[in-house]
Parts: sequence; structure tokens; C-alpha cells
Amino acid sequence: MQERFDAIVVGAGPSGNAAAYTLAKAGLKVLQLERGEYPGSKNVQGAILYSDALERMIPEFREDAPLERHIIEQRMWVLDDNSHMAAHYRSDEFNRQPYNRYTIIRAQFDKWFAGKVQEAGALLICETTVSDLLMDRNRVIGVRTDREGGDIYADVVILADGVNSLLAKKAGFHAELNPKDVALAVKEIHFMPVETIESRFNVSGDEGVVIEMAGKITQGMMGTGFLYTNKESITVGVGCMLSDFKKAKVSPYTLLDEMKQHPSIKPLLAGGEMKEYTAHLIPEGGFDAMPQIYGNGWMIVGDSGMFVNAVHREGSNLAMTTGRIAAETIIALKEKGQDTSAKNLAAYRKALDETFVMKDLKKYRRMPNVFHANPQFFNDYPELVSRAARTMLTVDGVDKKAKERQIRRDFSGRRSLLGLMGDAFKMWRAFE
Amino acid sequence: MHIVVCIKQVPDSAQIRVHPVTNTIMRQGVPAIVNPYDLYSLEEALRLKDRFGGRVTVLCMGPPMAEAALRKCLAYGADEAVLVTDRAFAGSDTLATSYALASAIRQIQKDMAVDLVFAGKQTIDGDTAQVGPGIAKRLDMGLLTYVSKIETLDLQAREITVHRRAEGGVQVLKTKTPCLITMLEGVNEMRFATMPNMFRAARYPLKLLDKDAAGIEDVAKIGLKGSPTIVSKVFAPQPKAKRADMIETESGEPRDIAITLLTKLFTQHPKLEKEIDKQAA
Ligand SMILES: Cc1cc2nc3c(=O)[nH]c(=O)nc-3n(C[C@H](O)[C@H](O)[C@@H](O)COP(=O)(O)OP(=O)(O)OC[C@H]3O[C@@H](n4cnc5c(N)ncnc54)[C@H](O)[C@@H]3O)c2cc1C
Ligand SMILES: Cc1cc2nc3c(=O)[nH]c(=O)nc-3n(C[C@H](O)[C@H](O)[C@H](O)COP(=O)(O)OP(=O)(O)OC[C@H]3O[C@@H](n4cnc5c(N)ncnc54)[C@H](O)[C@@H]3O)c2cc1C
Repeated sequence: MQERFDAIVVGAGPSGNAAAYTLAKAGLKVLQLERGEYPGSKNVQGAILYSDALERMIPEFREDAPLERHIIEQRMWVLDDNSHMAAHYRSDEFNRQPYNRYTIIRAQFDKWFAGKVQEAGALLICETTVSDLLMDRNRVIGVRTDREGGDIYADVVILADGVNSLLAKKAGFHAELNPKDVALAVKEIHFMPVETIESRFNVSGDEGVVIEMAGKITQGMMGTGFLYTNKESITVGVGCMLSDFKKAKVSPYTLLDEMKQHPSIKPLLAGGEMKEYTAHLIPEGGFDAMPQIYGNGWMIVGDSGMFVNAVHREGSNLAMTTGRIAAETIIALKEKGQDTSAKNLAAYRKALDETFVMKDLKKYRRMPNVFHANPQFFNDYPELVSRAARTMLTVDGVDKKAKERQIRRDFSGRRSLLGLMGDAFKMWRAFE
Repeated sequence: MHIVVCIKQVPDSAQIRVHPVTNTIMRQGVPAIVNPYDLYSLEEALRLKDRFGGRVTVLCMGPPMAEAALRKCLAYGADEAVLVTDRAFAGSDTLATSYALASAIRQIQKDMAVDLVFAGKQTIDGDTAQVGPGIAKRLDMGLLTYVSKIETLDLQAREITVHRRAEGGVQVLKTKTPCLITMLEGVNEMRFATMPNMFRAARYPLKLLDKDAAGIEDVAKIGLKGSPTIVSKVFAPQPKAKRADMIETESGEPRDIAITLLTKLFTQHPKLEKEIDKQAA
């Protein structure tokens, strides 16, 4: 078949949808290919949607997007085996429209977004896997799909195929993913009556709560847990670096199961009915693990390009932003009548450098290494902090000075003073 | 040659769950699919088209979302798709459904004469297996159900010979076309859609028929009004038997085995324990 497109977008997650939407909106002839039964059918996310990235493309998205709850309270928990130390931030400011963050269910959200892409004029074909990129010497000229008559040609191919980008690997744009650059996350959705969620989390209407957790729940591995309120369900999950899972020989499912038994978490899930269990990779290698993101006739957006800010659990917004900017780059080239050679597509990387995407990834580039090299952040500190709190809060006739001495001894027993100061410095440098 | 294949969009029963408390069927969020039985009929129709050329039209009555089921059939290779959709059809039972579909087929026929009509053997949600036969009756067509093989089709002579699975054997039946056929499940396998067909299916402008366009003459015969059947309650049957509880008897003291058995019995039937206690006293 000799049908040609201006652009082919592989994948209908947030990055692919953003790219296809922007291109189609500008009147380009766009084909989007998705291997799932429908967009979102296989996609996994916590999920928190950050409005800004979407709003830049679809300002009126709130009118019909499937949103669960807007978040008015963020809880940060540090857990040891049977306690948690928490910082809660709740503000009525978060109740002021337009809301900034929402919980969403990706299967529904992606479907909605893909609907907008189609309305904008792109041709979406599902249940179709792109198996290879078609090359003419060193230039990508189209894709081969797993269907008969499945070679399709385009001026540019945008790889929005997610974390485990087989295509980029096959074509040699990507090295094999390094287990220390990817986290494996598992999550479950537990359904329960709206009233239970409202009373349990002290919310009403569409208000929602997010709990981010770190500490002994990850059993010494580098990772975090999370718990989000949806309309009629609660999402709970945990993710750790793949390399750590391999080393620790813990199965992700067992880890989540044990986490759910934690006395601080268990009551929040009580009485719910578990309906969905999913596992997914998250690319968390950061700035230094980023592959080349453009070349002759191709561009990489979203997870496929390691665009995830693990520290702030941001991914979908980076995906949408990279997708949009890739599209804008192509649109600008078309307008000027220029081709999609690597030389011209370099404008994509340049434009990205000016956005929060690259700035944030650069800022946290040291983070992955700091955590890899210092497992005490996930094991020792949570326990020490918790013990310190317990020591201070237990009224037992011991004077406070003595209690403080005990706490200091606890800390220096685990880490030398130099180690403690070093850790503080490392954290400060990494966040700087 | 022109074949009309009736397809219904149904909830994917593999993914339907029964609410643990209320015992009602939860359809919410269950993906919709083409009724699996209909695919055997569609594939058979496509094979006839491969052999004889011509046109395959898929026909569905349902809400606007049934469009997805029709597009799926187009991707497999159907040429045209017609969706009969109108609020007036809501609540139709098999009597009203077959009336509406028969009426729609008469409209389709105006465009190109129909040689064969296919329907699925039954659906996986309503399960009545009545709609196909109902259409045949209303269109005054011969009816061939449980067809396992189409032996010959003579378009000139307007004759068809099929194998029909029946109790105790296979019947070889010959009849005049146009007739209505329902295929037996498992007799063929749906093909894999080609890329050009995927494109065509995605772009195809669906033909929508409201009740007037579908040629409905008597509105009292469609929808709730035209449906004498009342589905008063849908419930999941109680699971028949619990899994048998196995008690190890190969090893251990007979006394211990007996006690284990009794303890299990008594936890299940506390009344029994009380009564035996009473009698023993
Ligand atoms: C749980 C349940 C129980 C029901 N019980 C009854 C009942 O006892 N009596 C009753 O009259 N109605 C009943 N209905 C309603 C009935 O399902 C639908 O009203 C009727 O439109 C189709 O009947 P069916 O699904 O049994 O189809 P069947 O008669 O089993 O379908 C046979 C074939 O007819 C074709 N077909 C059927 N419906 C359509 C359609 N809408 N569009 C195109 N082709 C179609 C398909 O090829 C299908 O394979 C019930 C519905 C449900 C959900
Ligand atoms: C447990 C978990 C929690 C998360 N929580 C958050 C959160 O709260 N907030 C947040 O912003 N981000 C979160 N993220 C990250 C976020 O989900 C990702 O960053 C985001 O989904 C990336 O979007 P994408 O479009 O690049 O990739 P994906 O969403 O993975 O989409 C890729 C698509 O491409 C398709 N595809 C792949 N290969 C092919 C092929 N060969 N042919 C055709 N189609 C193909 C796939 O089916 C898929 O639909 C979380 C991730 C996980 C796993």
C-alpha cells in the first residue's frame, strides 16, 4: 500500500496522544498506531494528572475528561515496620478552580485523549503493533506493522512507544535498558463505597488525597510506595529499581502484599474489593541515562526517551510536553518547507532544553546515583526517625536530655557522624 | 452476490463480574465486543465473497456505541456497515428486534438484492437464539440453523447445499436462496484484518438508520411497546457446590481423623453439634 503520511506516531499513551493531537490540529496528515485493544487498555499509571501540560493543548479538558478527584491534601510518610512519621499538607487553596492535580484512571483517560486526537483529524489504528522501522540507508522512512500489507510511509516517525521501546532498541537508537535505570512498579485498585472514602480520608465531593511513602516498606530497596484516592476506589502501589528487585530476590507482588499489611496502611484499604492488579516499568535513569532523542526521520518522546522525574513522580506531564514539542518542531519545519533530517530535528532538543522537562531532569541528575550508593536512606533512616519520635513521645519517667542522648546514640550507632553529615550533604547537593 | 450479516454488540462476558453483595451483574466498565458466535457467520460470509465476489453488508441494531463492533467487522473485510439506531428501539425483545432487523434488511435490499442473510447461532448476553429465526420468518426465507459447512452455492440456480449438525448426525440440506443461515461455533476461524482494511474500517462513513430510515411501519412493534417479554430479574445462580474438603486418611491415628471430620462437620452445622450433645446428655 502506498499511502503516505506526514507523520506516524507509534503509541497512544500521553506522549503519543499529545504529539498526534498537536500535529493533526495543525492540519498535518497523521497516522497513530497502538498495539492495545484501545488506547489505555494496557497502560499503567498511579495516576496523577498534572493539569498544566494538558491545558496547553486542550484548555477546556475539564469539561469532559474522565477525572477522578482533585487533590487537596498531600501526605508524605516515612515508615518503619509498624509506624509512620508524616508530613501532611492540606490547603483550601487547592479547592480553588482551576484545579492543578487530579487522580485519573489511565484506561479511561487515554481513551478520552485518543478521542480528541481523532476529532482533531488523526487516523488512529489500534490492535496493531509496529514491528520494525523502515529505513532507507540511515533515514527512517516509515514503519512495518504486524498486519498483511502493513508497510506505511511517512516523513517522520515519532516513537511514543513507552519505557521498553523495542523499536528504538531494534533500530539501535537505544541501548538495552539498564536495570538500575528502571523501576518496576506494581499497583492495585481497591473499590469501596464513596462514603467510606470520604470519611476515611476526610474529604467530600471530588476532593482527594495523595499519600507518598518511603521507608522500610521497600525492604531496603530504592523505591517508594503510594496511595491515591479515586472516586470510588483507592489505588495502592509500590515501585523499586529493577536492579534492587533482582538483588533482593523479592517479588514485587509479595512486596506490595506485605506493604498492605502495614498497620498504617491496612485500615485505609479495609473492606475494599480488589479489582485490578498491574505491573509496569518506569524509566528512572534520569538525565544521564537519556538516549539520543532524534535522528534522520525519527524522534523519541515520553517514557521511551527516559523523560520521567522520579523524585516528584512526574511522567505523564513530561510525556505530554515532549510529545507536543516534538510535534511543534515538525509543524515549524513543514511551514518553512524544510525536511525532517537530524540536522533540522535538532530544534526539538533545543526547544526542550528551554522547558521544565530538561531543567528538572538536569537538576536531579545526581539523584539516581546518590540513592543507589546509599541504601541507608530507605532502611536505616526511617527506622531511626521513627524511633526518635517514639522515644520523645513516650512518657516514662526518663528525662528529655537522656532521651535526646539516646536518639543521638541510635543515629551514630548506625552511621558515623561523618556519614550522617555526608548524607545530608549528598541530599542537599542532589536536590540543589 | 450480496450477503447481509447480522451482528450484535455484547458485553465481554469473560469480563463481567457479579457483585459480591447484591449478586447483580455489573456491566459497568465491561468492554463491548462483537458477539463471538456472529464471527463464525461473518467469516463464512467473507469466504463466500472470496469465492464468488460481491458484497458483504454487516447490520447491527444498537446504541451509537455499537459503531465500534461494526468497524471491527469492516476491518475483517465486510464492505458495508449499517447501524440501526434510535431511542425508539430501546427495550426491544427478540420479537421487536427481529421486526426491526427484517425491516432494515428490506431497506438494504433496495440498494442491492440480498442472496443470503447470516446471523449468529445465539448471543452471549441474551442467549435466546430467536432473532435469526425471527428474521427468516418475517422475510419469508428458508432457515438453516447449526450449519457446519456450506457445501455448494449456485447463484444462477439460486440453490444452496449445507451440512447441518443435528442430534445423532449431520443433515445435508438443500434449499432455495435467499435464505437465512446461522453457523455453528468453531467451524471456521476469523481471519486477521489486513492493514488496508484497518484503514478502510477507520475511515468508513457508517450508514445510520433511524426508525424511519429503517422503514419501520408500525412503531407499536418496536421498543418496549413492541416487546411482550419482560426480563423481570437477572441474577447469578448460587454456586452449586463448594469445593470438597479433603481429609487425609492415609496416615495418622483413626481417632484423630475422626475428630478432624467431626470438627469440620460441626463448624459447618453448629445445630447438629447441639442436637447430638442434647441426645448424648
Ligand atoms: C440477560 C438477558 C436476558 C434476556 N432475556 C430475553 C428473553 O427471555 N426474551 C426476549 O425476547 N428477550 C430477552 N432479552 C433481550 C434480548 O437479548 C434482546 O432484546 C434481543 O434484541 C436479542 O436477543 P438475543 O440477545 O437473545 O439474541 P439471539 O436471538 O440469541 O441472537 C441470535 C443472532 O441474532 C442476531 N442479533 C441479535 N440481536 C441483534 C441486534 N441487536 N442487531 C443485529 N443482530 C442481532 C445476531 O446475529 C445474533 O447472533 C434478554 C436480554 C438480556 C440481557
Ligand atoms: C505505577 C506507576 C505510577 C505512575 N504514576 C505517575 C503519576 O502519578 N503521575 C505521572 O505523571 N506519571 C506517573 N507515572 C509515569 C507515567 O505513567 C508515564 O511517564 C507515562 O505513561 C508515559 O507516557 P508514554 O506515552 O510515553 O508511554 P505509555 O503510556 O507507556 O504509552 C506507550 C504506548 O505505546 C504502545 N506501544 C508500545 N509499543 C508499541 C508498538 N511497537 N506498536 C504499537 N504501539 C506500541 C503501548 O501499548 C502504549 O499504549 C507512573 C508510572 C507507573 C508505572
